[in-house]
Amino acid sequence: MTVKDNNQEIVNVHTLEERVLEALYFVKDPEIDAISIIELGMLEKLEVLDNKVKLQLLPTFMGCPALDIIKNNIEKALSGLSEEVEVDVQFIYHPPWTSARVSEAGRQKLKEFGIAPPPKVFGPDGSWSVNCPYCDSEYTSIDNLFGPTACRSILYCKSCKNPFEAMKPVSTLM
Amino acid sequence: MRRKYYHGEGSTIVKKLNSAEALENPSYKDSLAELLYQLADDDFILAYRGSEWLGLAPHIEEDVAFSSINQDTMGHAAMYYQLLEDLGEGSVDALAHVRTPEQRRNAILLEMANGPGDYLREPDYDWAFAVVRHYFYTAAKKIKINSMKNSSYQPLSETAVKISMELYYHQLHWKTWFEQLMLAGGEARSRMEQAITIVMDDFGGLLSLGNKGAEIVRHDLIDSEEILQKRWKEAMKPVFNSVNLQIPTRFPMKHGDGRNGVHTDDLTKAISTLGEVYHFDPAASW
Repeated sequence: MTVKDNNQEIVNVHTLEERVLEALYFVKDPEIDAISIIELGMLEKLEVLDNKVKLQLLPTFMGCPALDIIKNNIEKALSGLSEEVEVDVQFIYHPPWTSARVSEAGRQKLKEFGIAPPPKVFGPDGSWSVNCPYCDSEYTSIDNLFGPTACRSILYCKSCKNPFEAMKPVSTLM
Repeated sequence: MRRKYYHGEGSTIVKKLNSAEALENPSYKDSLAELLYQLADDDFILAYRGSEWLGLAPHIEEDVAFSSINQDTMGHAAMYYQLLEDLGEGSVDALAHVRTPEQRRNAILLEMANGPGDYLREPDYDWAFAVVRHYFYTAAKKIKINSMKNSSYQPLSETAVKISMELYYHQLHWKTWFEQLMLAGGEARSRMEQAITIVMDDFGGLLSLGNKGAEIVRHDLIDSEEILQKRWKEAMKPVFNSVNLQIPTRFPMKHGDGRNGVHTDDLTKAISTLGEVYHFDPAASW
Protein backbone atom coordinates (compact mmCIF):
# COMPACT_ATOMS: atom_id res chain seq x y z
CA MET A 1 0.00 0.00 0.00
CA THR A 2 1.35 3.45 -0.83
CA VAL A 3 0.69 6.47 1.41
CA LYS A 4 1.70 10.09 1.38
CA ASP A 5 3.43 11.25 4.55
CA ASN A 6 3.67 14.79 6.00
CA ASN A 7 6.66 15.83 3.93
CA GLN A 8 4.88 14.73 0.76
CA GLU A 9 7.33 11.91 0.19
CA ILE A 10 5.96 8.74 -1.21
CA VAL A 11 6.85 5.79 1.01
CA ASN A 12 5.81 2.22 0.82
CA VAL A 13 4.06 0.87 3.85
CA HIS A 14 3.41 -2.82 3.74
CA THR A 15 1.85 -4.96 6.36
CA LEU A 16 3.89 -7.96 7.44
CA GLU A 17 1.40 -10.22 5.69
CA GLU A 18 1.93 -8.46 2.36
CA ARG A 19 5.70 -8.62 2.78
CA VAL A 20 5.52 -12.33 3.62
CA LEU A 21 3.50 -13.05 0.49
CA GLU A 22 5.91 -11.01 -1.61
CA ALA A 23 8.87 -12.90 -0.17
CA LEU A 24 7.21 -16.25 -0.85
CA TYR A 25 7.16 -15.46 -4.58
CA PHE A 26 10.95 -15.75 -4.38
CA VAL A 27 10.89 -19.20 -2.77
CA LYS A 28 11.23 -21.47 -5.78
CA ASP A 29 10.68 -25.16 -6.28
CA PRO A 30 14.26 -26.42 -5.69
CA GLU A 31 13.90 -28.77 -8.65
CA ILE A 32 12.26 -26.29 -11.06
CA ASP A 33 13.73 -22.92 -10.17
CA ALA A 34 11.51 -21.03 -12.63
CA ILE A 35 8.40 -21.43 -10.52
CA SER A 36 7.60 -20.32 -6.99
CA ILE A 37 5.75 -22.32 -4.37
CA ILE A 38 2.90 -19.80 -4.65
CA GLU A 39 2.57 -20.30 -8.41
CA LEU A 40 2.66 -24.06 -7.86
CA GLY A 41 -0.39 -23.68 -5.65
CA MET A 42 1.31 -25.13 -2.57
CA LEU A 43 0.22 -22.40 -0.14
CA GLU A 44 -3.07 -23.30 1.51
CA LYS A 45 -3.12 -20.96 4.50
CA LEU A 46 -1.13 -17.97 5.75
CA GLU A 47 -1.71 -16.54 9.22
CA VAL A 48 0.15 -13.52 10.52
CA LEU A 49 -0.34 -12.51 14.13
CA ASP A 50 2.05 -9.83 15.45
CA ASN A 51 5.44 -11.33 14.62
CA LYS A 52 4.23 -14.90 14.30
CA VAL A 53 3.88 -16.24 10.77
CA LYS A 54 2.16 -19.56 10.33
CA LEU A 55 2.11 -21.24 6.91
CA GLN A 56 0.32 -24.36 5.80
CA LEU A 57 1.61 -25.90 2.58
CA LEU A 58 0.36 -28.78 0.48
CA PRO A 59 3.08 -31.15 -0.77
CA THR A 60 2.74 -32.05 -4.45
CA PHE A 61 3.89 -35.63 -3.88
CA MET A 62 4.35 -37.14 -0.42
CA GLY A 63 7.80 -38.62 -1.00
CA CYS A 64 9.13 -35.37 -2.47
CA PRO A 65 12.64 -34.93 -1.03
CA ALA A 66 12.45 -31.18 -1.69
CA LEU A 67 10.00 -30.57 1.18
CA ASP A 68 12.69 -30.02 3.83
CA ILE A 69 14.60 -27.75 1.46
CA ILE A 70 11.46 -25.72 0.76
CA LYS A 71 10.81 -25.38 4.48
CA ASN A 72 14.36 -24.14 5.11
CA ASN A 73 14.18 -21.72 2.18
CA ILE A 74 10.94 -20.24 3.51
CA GLU A 75 12.45 -19.77 6.96
CA LYS A 76 15.48 -18.12 5.41
CA ALA A 77 13.42 -15.84 3.15
CA LEU A 78 11.14 -14.72 5.98
CA SER A 79 13.81 -14.24 8.61
CA GLY A 80 15.20 -11.52 6.34
CA LEU A 81 12.00 -9.49 6.72
CA SER A 82 12.45 -8.68 10.37
CA GLU A 83 14.63 -9.91 13.18
CA GLU A 84 11.78 -10.87 15.46
CA VAL A 85 9.67 -12.78 12.99
CA GLU A 86 8.79 -16.31 14.13
CA VAL A 87 8.06 -18.74 11.31
CA ASP A 88 6.11 -21.98 11.60
CA VAL A 89 5.91 -24.02 8.39
CA GLN A 90 3.57 -27.00 8.32
CA PHE A 91 2.92 -29.51 5.56
CA ILE A 92 -0.66 -30.76 5.47
CA TYR A 93 -2.34 -33.05 2.96
CA HIS A 94 -5.94 -32.03 3.33
CA PRO A 95 -7.11 -30.68 0.97
CA PRO A 96 -4.84 -32.68 -1.34
CA TRP A 97 -2.70 -30.75 -3.82
CA THR A 98 -3.91 -31.22 -7.37
CA SER A 99 -2.30 -30.07 -10.61
CA ALA A 100 -5.28 -27.72 -11.13
CA ARG A 101 -3.77 -25.56 -8.36
CA VAL A 102 -0.90 -24.38 -10.60
CA SER A 103 -1.64 -20.74 -11.48
CA GLU A 104 -1.80 -19.33 -15.02
CA ALA A 105 1.49 -17.50 -14.42
CA GLY A 106 2.93 -20.75 -13.09
CA ARG A 107 1.84 -22.68 -16.17
CA GLN A 108 3.51 -20.08 -18.39
CA LYS A 109 6.76 -20.24 -16.38
CA LEU A 110 6.84 -24.04 -16.53
CA LYS A 111 6.50 -23.86 -20.29
CA GLU A 112 9.32 -21.31 -20.58
CA PHE A 113 11.46 -23.66 -18.50
CA GLY A 114 10.76 -26.45 -21.01
CA ILE A 115 8.25 -28.35 -18.91
CA ALA A 116 4.75 -28.76 -20.29
CA PRO A 117 2.16 -27.62 -17.74
CA PRO A 118 -0.19 -30.31 -16.42
CA PRO A 119 -3.09 -31.06 -18.78
CA LYS A 120 -6.27 -29.28 -17.74
CA VAL A 121 -8.87 -31.20 -19.64
CA PHE A 122 -9.50 -34.89 -19.17
CA GLY A 123 -11.36 -36.84 -21.85
CA PRO A 124 -14.54 -38.76 -21.02
CA ASP A 125 -12.44 -41.90 -20.45
CA GLY A 126 -10.01 -40.05 -18.15
CA SER A 127 -7.44 -39.73 -20.95
CA TRP A 128 -5.37 -36.62 -21.42
CA SER A 129 -2.89 -35.17 -23.88
CA VAL A 130 0.06 -32.86 -23.59
CA ASN A 131 1.23 -30.27 -26.09
CA CYS A 132 4.94 -29.77 -26.73
CA PRO A 133 6.25 -26.81 -24.66
CA TYR A 134 8.56 -25.81 -27.54
CA CYS A 135 6.38 -25.95 -30.67
CA ASP A 136 2.92 -26.47 -29.15
CA SER A 137 2.32 -29.54 -31.33
CA GLU A 138 -0.23 -32.10 -30.15
CA TYR A 139 1.80 -34.80 -31.89
CA THR A 140 3.57 -36.06 -28.76
CA SER A 141 4.05 -39.40 -27.08
CA ILE A 142 4.82 -40.50 -23.53
CA ASP A 143 8.22 -42.14 -23.10
CA ASN A 144 7.91 -42.66 -19.37
CA LEU A 145 5.08 -41.74 -17.00
CA PHE A 146 7.76 -41.38 -14.35
CA GLY A 147 10.38 -38.69 -14.79
CA PRO A 148 13.40 -37.28 -12.95
CA THR A 149 11.16 -36.10 -10.08
CA ALA A 150 7.94 -37.49 -8.64
CA CYS A 151 5.77 -34.81 -10.26
CA ARG A 152 7.07 -35.11 -13.83
CA SER A 153 6.79 -37.44 -16.84
CA ILE A 154 9.09 -37.77 -19.86
CA LEU A 155 7.61 -37.18 -23.32
CA TYR A 156 8.76 -36.83 -26.92
CA CYS A 157 7.56 -34.38 -29.58
CA LYS A 158 7.26 -36.02 -32.97
CA SER A 159 6.89 -32.63 -34.69
CA CYS A 160 10.00 -30.78 -33.51
CA LYS A 161 11.79 -33.99 -32.43
CA ASN A 162 12.54 -32.75 -28.92
CA PRO A 163 12.31 -34.80 -25.77
CA PHE A 164 10.60 -32.83 -23.02
CA GLU A 165 9.10 -33.18 -19.56
CA ALA A 166 5.53 -32.57 -18.46
CA MET A 167 4.02 -32.08 -15.06
CA LYS A 168 1.84 -35.07 -14.24
CA PRO A 169 -1.87 -34.46 -14.00
CA VAL A 170 -2.97 -35.21 -10.45
CA SER A 171 -6.64 -35.19 -9.58
CA THR A 172 -8.87 -36.56 -6.84
CA LEU A 173 -10.79 -38.34 -9.61
CA MET A 174 -7.85 -40.71 -10.10
CA MET B 1 -19.59 -42.44 20.02
CA ARG B 2 -20.00 -44.90 17.16
CA ARG B 3 -23.12 -43.67 15.45
CA LYS B 4 -24.02 -44.81 12.00
CA TYR B 5 -26.55 -43.19 9.75
CA TYR B 6 -27.98 -45.38 7.08
CA HIS B 7 -28.73 -43.77 3.74
CA GLY B 8 -30.20 -46.38 1.52
CA GLU B 9 -28.94 -49.88 0.94
CA GLY B 10 -25.34 -50.61 1.81
CA SER B 11 -24.20 -47.04 2.23
CA THR B 12 -23.27 -45.83 5.67
CA ILE B 13 -21.87 -42.61 6.98
CA VAL B 14 -19.54 -43.06 9.90
CA LYS B 15 -18.89 -40.35 12.45
CA LYS B 16 -15.29 -39.18 12.01
CA LEU B 17 -12.87 -38.71 14.89
CA ASN B 18 -9.81 -36.47 15.15
CA SER B 19 -6.61 -37.35 17.03
CA ALA B 20 -7.72 -35.79 20.35
CA GLU B 21 -10.97 -37.77 20.26
CA ALA B 22 -9.09 -40.96 19.37
CA LEU B 23 -6.77 -40.51 22.35
CA GLU B 24 -9.76 -40.26 24.70
CA ASN B 25 -10.82 -43.78 23.83
CA PRO B 26 -8.06 -46.34 24.62
CA SER B 27 -9.72 -49.23 22.79
CA TYR B 28 -10.19 -47.10 19.66
CA LYS B 29 -6.66 -45.75 19.85
CA ASP B 30 -5.13 -49.25 20.19
CA SER B 31 -6.98 -50.51 17.11
CA LEU B 32 -6.04 -47.42 15.17
CA ALA B 33 -2.34 -47.72 16.07
CA GLU B 34 -2.40 -51.43 15.16
CA LEU B 35 -3.77 -50.66 11.69
CA LEU B 36 -1.36 -47.77 11.15
CA TYR B 37 1.63 -50.00 12.00
CA GLN B 38 0.45 -52.52 9.42
CA LEU B 39 0.07 -49.85 6.72
CA ALA B 40 3.31 -48.05 7.54
CA ASP B 41 5.45 -51.17 7.82
CA ASP B 42 4.07 -52.59 4.54
CA ASP B 43 5.05 -49.51 2.55
CA PHE B 44 8.33 -49.06 4.41
CA ILE B 45 9.71 -52.54 3.73
CA LEU B 46 8.47 -52.79 0.14
CA ALA B 47 9.89 -49.35 -0.71
CA TYR B 48 13.22 -50.71 0.57
CA ARG B 49 12.98 -53.93 -1.45
CA GLY B 50 12.15 -51.84 -4.50
CA SER B 51 15.06 -49.48 -3.91
CA GLU B 52 17.46 -52.46 -3.90
CA TRP B 53 16.65 -52.79 -7.60
CA LEU B 54 18.14 -49.37 -8.38
CA GLY B 55 20.58 -49.76 -11.26
CA LEU B 56 19.50 -53.37 -11.83
CA ALA B 57 16.09 -52.95 -13.50
CA PRO B 58 15.70 -54.31 -17.05
CA HIS B 59 16.27 -50.94 -18.71
CA ILE B 60 17.08 -47.35 -17.79
CA GLU B 61 13.52 -46.01 -18.11
CA GLU B 62 12.41 -48.70 -15.70
CA ASP B 63 15.10 -47.61 -13.26
CA VAL B 64 13.65 -44.08 -13.36
CA ALA B 65 10.06 -45.27 -12.98
CA PHE B 66 10.73 -47.88 -10.28
CA SER B 67 12.79 -45.52 -8.14
CA SER B 68 10.08 -42.87 -8.44
CA ILE B 69 7.48 -45.41 -7.27
CA ASN B 70 9.71 -46.42 -4.35
CA GLN B 71 10.16 -42.78 -3.39
CA ASP B 72 6.38 -42.27 -3.38
CA THR B 73 5.91 -45.45 -1.37
CA MET B 74 8.46 -44.41 1.26
CA GLY B 75 6.58 -41.09 1.40
CA HIS B 76 3.38 -43.01 2.17
CA ALA B 77 5.13 -44.93 4.96
CA ALA B 78 6.33 -41.59 6.39
CA MET B 79 2.73 -40.28 6.37
CA TYR B 80 1.52 -43.28 8.35
CA TYR B 81 4.45 -43.04 10.80
CA GLN B 82 3.55 -39.36 11.22
CA LEU B 83 -0.01 -40.34 12.16
CA LEU B 84 1.51 -42.71 14.75
CA GLU B 85 3.77 -39.94 16.05
CA ASP B 86 0.66 -37.76 16.43
CA LEU B 87 -0.80 -40.50 18.65
CA GLY B 88 2.29 -40.38 20.90
CA GLU B 89 3.87 -43.61 19.60
CA GLY B 90 7.33 -42.05 19.11
CA SER B 91 9.14 -40.05 16.45
CA VAL B 92 8.82 -40.93 12.77
CA ASP B 93 12.52 -41.86 12.48
CA ALA B 94 12.51 -44.00 15.61
CA LEU B 95 9.35 -45.79 14.49
CA ALA B 96 11.01 -46.58 11.17
CA HIS B 97 14.43 -47.63 12.49
CA VAL B 98 14.43 -48.63 16.16
CA ARG B 99 11.61 -51.19 16.35
CA THR B 100 12.67 -54.85 16.47
CA PRO B 101 11.53 -57.35 13.81
CA GLU B 102 9.02 -58.80 16.35
CA GLN B 103 7.42 -55.37 16.65
CA ARG B 104 6.93 -55.03 12.90
CA ARG B 105 3.47 -55.57 11.42
CA ASN B 106 4.24 -55.85 7.68
CA ALA B 107 3.05 -58.79 5.60
CA ILE B 108 5.75 -61.46 5.17
CA LEU B 109 5.37 -61.36 1.36
CA LEU B 110 6.77 -57.82 1.35
CA GLU B 111 9.89 -58.57 3.39
CA MET B 112 11.07 -61.45 1.19
CA ALA B 113 14.43 -60.81 -0.46
CA ASN B 114 14.35 -59.93 -4.18
CA GLY B 115 16.27 -63.10 -4.97
CA PRO B 116 19.62 -64.73 -4.24
CA GLY B 117 22.67 -62.54 -3.77
CA ASP B 118 23.02 -59.03 -2.53
CA TYR B 119 22.51 -55.75 -4.37
CA LEU B 120 26.18 -54.89 -3.87
CA ARG B 121 27.52 -58.33 -4.78
CA GLU B 122 26.16 -60.55 -7.53
CA PRO B 123 22.48 -59.78 -7.24
CA ASP B 124 20.51 -62.53 -8.96
CA TYR B 125 17.14 -60.89 -8.54
CA ASP B 126 13.95 -62.13 -10.16
CA TRP B 127 12.15 -59.48 -12.23
CA ALA B 128 9.05 -61.67 -12.61
CA PHE B 129 8.77 -61.87 -8.82
CA ALA B 130 9.22 -58.08 -8.56
CA VAL B 131 6.47 -57.42 -11.13
CA VAL B 132 3.96 -59.86 -9.60
CA ARG B 133 4.66 -58.87 -6.00
CA HIS B 134 4.44 -55.13 -6.73
CA TYR B 135 1.39 -55.42 -8.97
CA PHE B 136 -0.62 -57.62 -6.61
CA TYR B 137 0.41 -55.48 -3.64
CA THR B 138 -0.46 -52.21 -5.40
CA ALA B 139 -3.89 -53.59 -6.31
CA ALA B 140 -4.44 -54.72 -2.69
CA LYS B 141 -3.23 -51.36 -1.40
CA LYS B 142 -5.70 -49.58 -3.70
CA ILE B 143 -8.57 -51.70 -2.32
CA LYS B 144 -7.56 -50.82 1.25
CA ILE B 145 -7.07 -47.13 0.41
CA ASN B 146 -10.53 -46.94 -1.17
CA SER B 147 -11.99 -48.52 1.95
CA MET B 148 -10.10 -46.11 4.24
CA LYS B 149 -11.45 -43.06 2.41
CA ASN B 150 -14.48 -43.84 4.63
CA SER B 151 -12.42 -44.57 7.74
CA SER B 152 -13.79 -43.32 11.05
CA TYR B 153 -10.42 -41.66 11.73
CA GLN B 154 -10.49 -38.34 9.90
CA PRO B 155 -6.70 -37.95 9.41
CA LEU B 156 -6.53 -41.50 7.98
CA SER B 157 -9.35 -40.87 5.51
CA GLU B 158 -7.59 -37.67 4.37
CA THR B 159 -4.30 -39.57 3.99
CA ALA B 160 -6.10 -42.18 1.88
CA VAL B 161 -7.32 -39.51 -0.57
CA LYS B 162 -3.78 -38.19 -1.00
CA ILE B 163 -2.17 -41.62 -1.44
CA SER B 164 -4.85 -42.74 -3.88
CA MET B 165 -3.86 -40.02 -6.35
CA GLU B 166 -0.27 -41.24 -6.45
CA LEU B 167 -1.23 -44.90 -6.48
CA TYR B 168 -3.06 -44.39 -9.77
CA TYR B 169 0.29 -44.14 -11.58
CA HIS B 170 1.83 -47.11 -9.74
CA GLN B 171 -1.08 -49.31 -10.72
CA LEU B 172 -0.89 -48.29 -14.39
CA HIS B 173 2.81 -49.07 -14.37
CA TRP B 174 2.68 -52.54 -12.84
CA LYS B 175 -0.42 -53.57 -14.78
CA THR B 176 1.42 -52.79 -18.03
CA TRP B 177 4.40 -54.96 -17.03
CA PHE B 178 2.15 -57.76 -15.78
CA GLU B 179 0.02 -57.96 -18.92
CA GLN B 180 2.95 -57.70 -21.32
CA LEU B 181 5.07 -60.37 -19.65
CA MET B 182 2.08 -62.68 -19.16
CA LEU B 183 1.13 -62.45 -22.83
CA ALA B 184 4.71 -62.68 -24.13
CA GLY B 185 4.65 -66.48 -23.87
CA GLY B 186 7.77 -68.65 -23.65
CA GLU B 187 10.18 -68.14 -20.77
CA ALA B 188 8.44 -64.92 -19.70
CA ARG B 189 5.12 -66.69 -19.18
CA SER B 190 6.61 -69.64 -17.30
CA ARG B 191 8.68 -67.41 -15.01
CA MET B 192 5.65 -65.21 -14.35
CA GLU B 193 3.58 -68.28 -13.45
CA GLN B 194 6.29 -69.43 -11.03
CA ALA B 195 6.33 -65.98 -9.47
CA ILE B 196 2.53 -65.96 -9.16
CA THR B 197 2.70 -69.26 -7.25
CA ILE B 198 5.25 -67.83 -4.80
CA VAL B 199 3.34 -64.57 -4.34
CA MET B 200 -0.06 -66.25 -3.92
CA ASP B 201 1.34 -68.65 -1.28
CA ASP B 202 1.68 -65.67 1.06
CA PHE B 203 -0.82 -63.27 -0.48
CA GLY B 204 -3.30 -63.76 2.39
CA GLY B 205 -0.93 -61.82 4.62
CA LEU B 206 -1.46 -58.62 2.61
CA LEU B 207 -5.18 -58.39 3.28
CA SER B 208 -4.96 -59.88 6.78
CA LEU B 209 -5.71 -57.49 9.63
CA GLY B 210 -4.10 -59.84 12.19
CA ASN B 211 -5.34 -61.06 15.56
CA LYS B 212 -6.76 -57.65 16.37
CA GLY B 213 -8.62 -57.39 13.05
CA ALA B 214 -12.12 -57.75 14.51
CA GLU B 215 -11.54 -54.75 16.79
CA ILE B 216 -10.12 -52.69 13.92
CA VAL B 217 -13.24 -53.42 11.86
CA ARG B 218 -15.58 -52.82 14.81
CA HIS B 219 -14.18 -49.30 15.10
CA ASP B 220 -14.97 -48.64 11.41
CA LEU B 221 -11.32 -47.98 10.59
CA ILE B 222 -11.35 -50.23 7.48
CA ASP B 223 -13.57 -52.92 5.95
CA SER B 224 -13.19 -56.58 6.98
CA GLU B 225 -10.69 -59.00 5.41
CA GLU B 226 -13.54 -60.83 3.70
CA ILE B 227 -14.81 -57.67 2.02
CA LEU B 228 -11.27 -56.61 1.03
CA GLN B 229 -10.59 -60.07 -0.47
CA LYS B 230 -13.86 -60.01 -2.39
CA ARG B 231 -13.13 -56.55 -3.80
CA TRP B 232 -9.58 -57.53 -4.76
CA LYS B 233 -10.90 -60.51 -6.70
CA GLU B 234 -13.54 -58.36 -8.41
CA ALA B 235 -10.97 -55.73 -9.37
CA MET B 236 -8.43 -58.27 -10.65
CA LYS B 237 -10.80 -60.59 -12.50
CA PRO B 238 -10.81 -58.66 -15.82
CA VAL B 239 -6.99 -58.54 -15.79
CA PHE B 240 -6.67 -62.25 -14.98
CA ASN B 241 -9.19 -63.06 -17.72
CA SER B 242 -7.27 -60.96 -20.24
CA VAL B 243 -4.10 -63.00 -19.62
CA ASN B 244 -5.89 -66.36 -19.46
CA LEU B 245 -5.39 -67.01 -15.79
CA GLN B 246 -7.77 -68.32 -13.16
CA ILE B 247 -8.51 -65.89 -10.35
CA PRO B 248 -7.22 -67.43 -7.08
CA THR B 249 -9.89 -68.69 -4.72
CA ARG B 250 -7.69 -69.16 -1.67
CA PHE B 251 -5.52 -66.60 0.13
CA PRO B 252 -3.02 -68.61 2.20
CA MET B 253 -0.18 -67.40 4.42
CA LYS B 254 2.47 -70.07 3.97
CA HIS B 255 5.07 -68.37 6.16
CA GLY B 256 2.65 -67.03 8.76
CA ASP B 257 0.93 -63.75 9.51
CA GLY B 258 3.29 -60.79 9.76
CA ARG B 259 0.48 -58.74 11.36
CA ASN B 260 1.05 -60.82 14.51
CA GLY B 261 4.80 -60.23 14.61
CA VAL B 262 5.76 -63.44 12.80
CA HIS B 263 8.66 -62.72 10.45
CA THR B 264 11.56 -64.29 8.57
CA ASP B 265 15.30 -63.74 8.70
CA ASP B 266 14.95 -61.63 5.53
CA LEU B 267 13.29 -58.89 7.60
CA THR B 268 15.93 -58.96 10.33
CA LYS B 269 18.67 -58.44 7.73
CA ALA B 270 16.73 -55.72 5.89
CA ILE B 271 16.05 -53.70 9.05
CA SER B 272 19.64 -53.92 10.15
CA THR B 273 20.85 -52.66 6.74
CA LEU B 274 18.20 -49.94 6.57
CA GLY B 275 19.02 -48.62 10.02
CA GLU B 276 22.82 -48.48 9.62
CA VAL B 277 22.98 -44.74 8.97
CA TYR B 278 20.35 -43.92 11.60
CA HIS B 279 22.11 -45.93 14.32
CA PHE B 280 25.46 -44.41 13.42
CA ASP B 281 24.22 -41.19 15.07
CA PRO B 282 20.54 -41.17 16.09
CA ALA B 283 20.67 -37.48 17.12
CA ALA B 284 22.11 -36.23 13.83
CA SER B 285 20.10 -34.25 11.33
CA TRP B 286 20.88 -35.67 7.89
